[in-house]
Amino acid sequence: MSFPWAKHYAPKSPFMRYVDERLPLPRLVYNAVGGGYPVPRNLNYFWNFGVLAGAALMIQIVTGIVLAMSYRADGGIAFASVEHIMRDVNAGWFLRYAHANGASMFFVVVYIHIFRGLFYGSYKPPREVIWLLGLVIFLLMMATAFMGYVLPWGQMSFWGASVITGLFSAIPIIGAPIQTWLLGGAVPDNATLNRFFSLHYLLPFVTLGVIILHVWALHIPGSSNPTGVDVKGEQDTVPFHPYYTAKDGFGLGIFLIVFATLIFFAPNFLGHADNYIEANPLSTPAHIVPEWYFWPFYAILRAFTVDFLFIPAKLLGVLAMFGAIILLFFLPWLDPSPVRSGHYRPLFKKFFWFGLIPCVLVLSYCGGAPAEEPYVMLSQIASAYYFAHFLIILPLVSMVERPLPLPNSISESVLHGEKTESRPFGTGGTLTSGQMIPGTSPQPAE
Amino acid sequence: MVRLIGMFVGAGLVLVLLWSLLSGAIAVVREPAAETAEHAFHLYPRKVDFAHEGPLGRFDRQQLQRGFQVYKEVCASCHSLKYVAFRDLEQIGFSKAEVKAIARDWPIETQSVNPETGEAATRKSLAADRFPSPYANEVAARAANNNAIPPDQSLLTKARHDGPAYVYSLLTGYQRQPEKLLREFPDSKTGPGLHYNPYFANLNIAMAPPLTTPNQVSYADGTPATVDQMAKDVSAFLTWTAEPKLETRHQVGWAAMIFLLIFTTITYFAYQSIWADKKGPKRGSGKPTA
Repeated sequence: MSFPWAKHYAPKSPFMRYVDERLPLPRLVYNAVGGGYPVPRNLNYFWNFGVLAGAALMIQIVTGIVLAMSYRADGGIAFASVEHIMRDVNAGWFLRYAHANGASMFFVVVYIHIFRGLFYGSYKPPREVIWLLGLVIFLLMMATAFMGYVLPWGQMSFWGASVITGLFSAIPIIGAPIQTWLLGGAVPDNATLNRFFSLHYLLPFVTLGVIILHVWALHIPGSSNPTGVDVKGEQDTVPFHPYYTAKDGFGLGIFLIVFATLIFFAPNFLGHADNYIEANPLSTPAHIVPEWYFWPFYAILRAFTVDFLFIPAKLLGVLAMFGAIILLFFLPWLDPSPVRSGHYRPLFKKFFWFGLIPCVLVLSYCGGAPAEEPYVMLSQIASAYYFAHFLIILPLVSMVERPLPLPNSISESVLHGEKTESRPFGTGGTLTSGQMIPGTSPQPAE
Repeated sequence: MVRLIGMFVGAGLVLVLLWSLLSGAIAVVREPAAETAEHAFHLYPRKVDFAHEGPLGRFDRQQLQRGFQVYKEVCASCHSLKYVAFRDLEQIGFSKAEVKAIARDWPIETQSVNPETGEAATRKSLAADRFPSPYANEVAARAANNNAIPPDQSLLTKARHDGPAYVYSLLTGYQRQPEKLLREFPDSKTGPGLHYNPYFANLNIAMAPPLTTPNQVSYADGTPATVDQMAKDVSAFLTWTAEPKLETRHQVGWAAMIFLLIFTTITYFAYQSIWADKKGPKRGSGKPTA
């Protein structure tokens, strides 16, 4: 069993015992999402978004596979084949709008999931590997979404592909050959479209594989919770099924209502009008912008406008843009505070709500705006804060902060906190994660 | 160690960004961005109401048919409609026989080959054909239009921001260049072969005003054909050509919404009833209670 309070599977019927002895699939399901996975009982709605992200991926895979049956990855007819789907394929308009808006919904859900992790310290021991695998999933998603956006072969598809692969040309000496190698030519063309289609079909399944690892790694320490306090025993948990399957079902309903509103009543709201113009290598759109979910990173890329110490501005921008994601891989070690939940970290909480969140919102806005003042200056200030937040402020905050007293256990915090005794905390490292290792927790006396 | 390197890298990036910010600020102060005629005189599309707007919107069939008449008699001589087929016109209220007649009598014939010699030829269109392009190819289109290609109109209202209002505003927006513009930007005088239109991105459009006089089209249903009415009707028609499944989408959308609301309500009560025995006097939010 993965952790001490996990339940053993006991088949209820002879048939299930027969299957389980030969292929322990019932056991796997029971321990993954059934009664065998005890989950902290105090999770709030932010914990719905992991399951929703999985649902979003499944929706993308199903709609994508059906769309691929009518789509043609050929520069001459790709755009027309998309219009064929929209006009002549049965429910083709629904599939395409669901797939296009599904990508947006996937990113909405994943961004909330990531910020949940940032606020509640889900990246901290013993869950670092879950965080790292999550970032790998995020990178795979971004690559998949970028290549998917190229497939309709509209103006933004073409020029987006041109600009994004052009980022690699900023690398000295080997940059230009890398761009040619990625595109299969000097400019985006049939070769680009075909390889992007191939990879766009492949990467979701790679993502699925990493998600299995992500969930597997989650099942070793078990889910975190809003207090950040470790599970002490059975009284702190409820079985995943039926408690969280029910709650996730409700969450899925809300997700689908928002999703359906987009598909049926505002299907092009998040898109760009220029992508309904067929790709034309001879006509550059006035403003080339990526999809909204890349705007924060696009703002960081464009914030670097001046060469520095013989490093060209473009290269600095590219390095910073990738660095903005890469630094998240080091987060478990950049923030050494032993307290996980932001609720008990007064200083961290201030920087999170009044620093990081406005900063990311400003970056998102500027990334979608044209590259002119005041947007460039705003994105320079916001980018500077973004790097300062993770690389300078977080490490310093964990050193000087005096966290609030933590509740003794999850069940106490759930039951009004009446029995909670203030545990003095904040002398810096009196409570280390070592004390929270599962197995050292006292088992409930029943 | 990670934190030390991190702080070093972070400080470096912040430094470079502040340096960029400073240079940008100095540049703005020294040479403020020059105002352009496009920036000062460009107008956003005017507001216009259509029956297909809103979540309950349905097309006005009569209006679409009038819009089709405007397309046929005015736009079609230069603009193609290559993703729409004659048979699609049945969706806006034409009968099968009417569609056949429209296709057969369409002034531009469909490109084909002579069945005996194999040479390029044209033939009368069938209901299953898409609208034939007024030009044989791109070169011909450029040659006939002073090197500007008239864009295909099938997706026009989705390919422009606020498309239906944009098409309407553009068609009714032709005017003399304002005196103020010529005074402030003497270099921005509309060139030969161009026409001033504040709704067009660079203010000067190659297309000559297509709708100039009332009753340019005589509507079969007796609606007075003012320029404003014709512009509105053809915008509605082009909304349909860009999004022919709009009505189905709205209908399916309401069915889906009603289903999802019931589904979500049931899951909410299921969730509440399953959790009934687990919730304390007050749900733990994780917020500090002490």
